Amino acid sequence: MSTQVPEKRKIEKQLVLPLKHAFNMSLRSIKIRFGRSIIVTSSIVLGIAFLMSILSSNAFIAGIIQKGPESLKIALQQNLDEIRTRQAWLVSLSLLVCVVGIVNAMLMAVTERSREIGTMKCLGALDKFIVELFLLESSIQGLAGSIIGVFVGALATLFIYLLRYKGLVWSIFPGQLIIKYSVFSILLGIVISVIGAIYPAYISAKLEPAEAIRREV
Amino acid sequence: MPKEAIVRTIGLKKTFLLGKIPLHVLKGIDIEIYRGEYISIMGPSGSGKTTLFNMIGGLDKPTEGKVYIDEVDIAQLDAYELAWLRCRKIGYIFQTFNLIPVMTALENVMLPMIFGGMENDEAMNKAKELLETVGLGERLHHKPFELSGGQQQRVAIARALANDPAIILADEPTGNLDLKTGKEIIHLLKEMNKNKEVSIITATHDLKMLDVSDRVIWIRDGLIERIEDRENLQIKVGEVEGEEAG
Repeated sequence: MSTQVPEKRKIEKQLVLPLKHAFNMSLRSIKIRFGRSIIVTSSIVLGIAFLMSILSSNAFIAGIIQKGPESLKIALQQNLDEIRTRQAWLVSLSLLVCVVGIVNAMLMAVTERSREIGTMKCLGALDKFIVELFLLESSIQGLAGSIIGVFVGALATLFIYLLRYKGLVWSIFPGQLIIKYSVFSILLGIVISVIGAIYPAYISAKLEPAEAIRREV
Repeated sequence: MPKEAIVRTIGLKKTFLLGKIPLHVLKGIDIEIYRGEYISIMGPSGSGKTTLFNMIGGLDKPTEGKVYIDEVDIAQLDAYELAWLRCRKIGYIFQTFNLIPVMTALENVMLPMIFGGMENDEAMNKAKELLETVGLGERLHHKPFELSGGQQQRVAIARALANDPAIILADEPTGNLDLKTGKEIIHLLKEMNKNKEVSIITATHDLKMLDVSDRVIWIRDGLIERIEDRENLQIKVGEVEGEEAG
């Protein structure tokens, strides 16, 4: 028996968190703290809806300029540059606010879940598992929020343009451009939510297990 | 069979800084704990029990001195090795149970096995087995908040045993339980200690624990006051309880 001892004493390194499990855990964290998740998600919805409304509005304008009647073209082309600059500012600001909101909510989540994080580390979770869980959770929220945001933004713009230009909208409908913008907005939404979660995830991963468990909220 | 030290500490010191004032919580602890032993670390609150517990478990770093687990100096381990040690060699049990709230009892027990790289089905079978051993075969799919304190602690015990650790560290395992449930948990721990040959180290001030301990380490003000064997203990129990009652 004593010959086996050295083998037993060997320290290994391999620990894993399969993606399927990580995904499942993140999804459940979102579900159980649904109220909080809604707040984070809705901030993304608003940010992305705004972005999408501006992008699709640009798409409609481009369509009208390309295929619409001459009289509208001239009116629309006036001040176009100035309007675009202002739009860019507004969109950046709204997305920045969105990131700040996510950072804030995620930092609260870290504090709230400090004991859970400590426990996981006692069970052998590596720092990167914790980071992975937080980033996954945030990107799931980002994906959901962006998809809703894209629909809200695009539909609202469509509605406004239908009111203003009626049937003309359908004849110049820039389908391809709208799809391209939608994909872009969804990707951007996910990137923003991941960016917002990086700092809180890092903080939570760096907690010493003893300290994390001791901490009372 | 010669006694084999599973945990050894040499000159263990821990100092916390309270603002600028250093607080010496542990002032030099030397202990040896052998494979298969049931050890209780006793002492009043603030004596440094939990700090010692955290050092032994690799949850916190000592200011000075060494901790050897299975003859490995844990200060020499990198983050990956330390995590592996926590996952495979040590099982933790806490006063506040600390189950993951979003997971069922079964999933809580499975988690350390998943981290350890076990296949899903295998982990599930083993988790079911362990939960049956601790008497929770009927509650596999309950979430922690649907379980009583005693049941939650049973899940925690099953989880601590998940990767067949060499040591189970229990910090005040009965601290949040009533007298009867506390006794049940203590006996369950003793049973696991006997059947699975796992060393159990508890930090506690629950005197019920004395009955089952092989040795009791009394800590006071960051130093070992005395270490008592089981034989000497039998006599002392009455005295200590008398003290407490008075």
